[in-house]
Amino acid sequence: MATSPQKNFSELIFLSLTAVASFTVIFFIIGIIIVLLNESSLAIGKFGLMDFLTSTAWNPVTGVFGAATTIYGTLVTTALALLFAMPTAIGIAIFVTEIAPNFLKGPIGIAIELLAAIPSIIYGMWGLFTLAPIMAKYIEPALQNTLGKIPALGFLFRGTPMGIDLLTASVILAIMIIPFTASISRDSFNLTPAVVKESAYAIGATKWEVVKNVVLPYSKLGVFGGAALSLGRALGETMAVAFVLGNNHKIATSLLDAASTITVSLANEFTEADSALYLSSLYYLALVLFIMSFIILAISKFFLLKAERKYSR
Amino acid sequence: MNIEKKRKIESFIALTLSGLAAATGLFWLLYILSDVIIHGLGALHISLFFNDPAPAGEEGGGLRNAFVGQLMITVAATLIGVPVGILGGTFLAEYARGKKFARIISIISDIMVSVPSIVVGAFIYAILVRPLHHFSGWAGAFALSIIMIPVVLRTTEDMLSLVPWTLREAAFALGAPYYKVIIQVVYRGAATGILTGVLLSIARVAGETAPLLFTSFNNNFFSTDMNRPIASLTVSIFQYAMGPYGSWHTQAWGAALVVTLFILILTIAGRLVLKWRYKQ
Repeated sequence: MATSPQKNFSELIFLSLTAVASFTVIFFIIGIIIVLLNESSLAIGKFGLMDFLTSTAWNPVTGVFGAATTIYGTLVTTALALLFAMPTAIGIAIFVTEIAPNFLKGPIGIAIELLAAIPSIIYGMWGLFTLAPIMAKYIEPALQNTLGKIPALGFLFRGTPMGIDLLTASVILAIMIIPFTASISRDSFNLTPAVVKESAYAIGATKWEVVKNVVLPYSKLGVFGGAALSLGRALGETMAVAFVLGNNHKIATSLLDAASTITVSLANEFTEADSALYLSSLYYLALVLFIMSFIILAISKFFLLKAERKYSR
Repeated sequence: MNIEKKRKIESFIALTLSGLAAATGLFWLLYILSDVIIHGLGALHISLFFNDPAPAGEEGGGLRNAFVGQLMITVAATLIGVPVGILGGTFLAEYARGKKFARIISIISDIMVSVPSIVVGAFIYAILVRPLHHFSGWAGAFALSIIMIPVVLRTTEDMLSLVPWTLREAAFALGAPYYKVIIQVVYRGAATGILTGVLLSIARVAGETAPLLFTSFNNNFFSTDMNRPIASLTVSIFQYAMGPYGSWHTQAWGAALVVTLFILILTIAGRLVLKWRYKQ
């Protein structure tokens, strides 16, 4: 086939434009890793890897930095948030797919999608102005008077309830990831073939038995992938927790104590870091966070892809 | 009690619990939304849009600088992010269709969509802010466009893949080169889908705060110079809400309502466009 040289030239230009554009993604991810490594090299050289990860020191005045307190805060808030959010999100998904009458399915589905679109700073601000006072006045004292009285659990609820603490931050994080997790779980539930469910009903299974024994096992890959995705999101979330955590570098055993996460430290201290070592340590924290969330997100993607392949068969 | 009754009761309890879970979840979410609307409406005053901030602690003033700054950063980010995202998605869905590395790029984009946005801010700080010795609106726009590109790229890829292959073959048969087929046939077929992706990606970045903290920073004065620090609504909300003054808190609620409404409208528009297209 004869094509004019001009056509070939345009083709080549368009091809290279699109190719370059798609490789920007790779460029960014490699660029981020290189820049983070490079910027944190000073802190890596000074504190090493294990010492940095296990040290609870964070003292800008003496120039001693460790990541243990912020990693601890990140893990506690994320784990608690997932603990609160998962049952609720799965409950919503079960309700929307199996229980709700048809005319309610659409509106609730849309409401969930819209709520997932609300930016995290709105959740954070609402947490500061509305939730924190409620927590301090009602919920936290109530917890102290009930769960706090149990000897083995009491240490979790010590201290003065201020509302600016690990518990409030976890609750906000949980509220924020509920719509997200619910929508992925719902999509996975919806992939269960109707025939399989109908056969279970035909042999006399109750609705709950169908959900428990047919829908959940069928969609567990998707739900698990969704949970991991929410975990990844929660790990890197900044604004929802920045308002209500207090940026306090310590290992707080009480949930009613102020703490800090990697993201909160970055948001509060980045522009105030006055020494090269301080800034470099903050970059080191960012590197740790980036690697943690990248691994979790990769795991979630692995499960979601596996689920996709299973259903498309 | 016979076993059937037990099973029925068990089912009833489990379903009630999940109904309750759904109600709790929706309750908190609606509570947040109504709280933002109630507090925000009280703060929506004409001066919020047309006045610049008053000196700290004084009454009055508005957030005109932040509205303008936010608009400029978002538009700049869109102008950078959307073309790159669409072109990148085109490469994956057309030229590199079915290739292994295209698969890898698309998986990495999916991961990039959820990468902590504050890390992106730190990245841009190191390459665009510190070398130039000052915060700038452009740095903020670049940070947002890095978050935007993977979103647009993935939607474009998915939407182009939905265009039937026979449509391309028909165009090839007329002797059209591939780039013309893509631009004149494939893009047309996928236009609404891509538009939805663009709208949703704008909604996604318009509420981002963390990547702007160390890039565009903040500016208490009215400025349209993208080479200088520039105010944005989200960073202003953070600063005002954490600040000590009642009037700041009120303005933060007002700004929060505007941001929320803007994002919800974009999201709804995106869904309507998609629904309208695929209903036909």
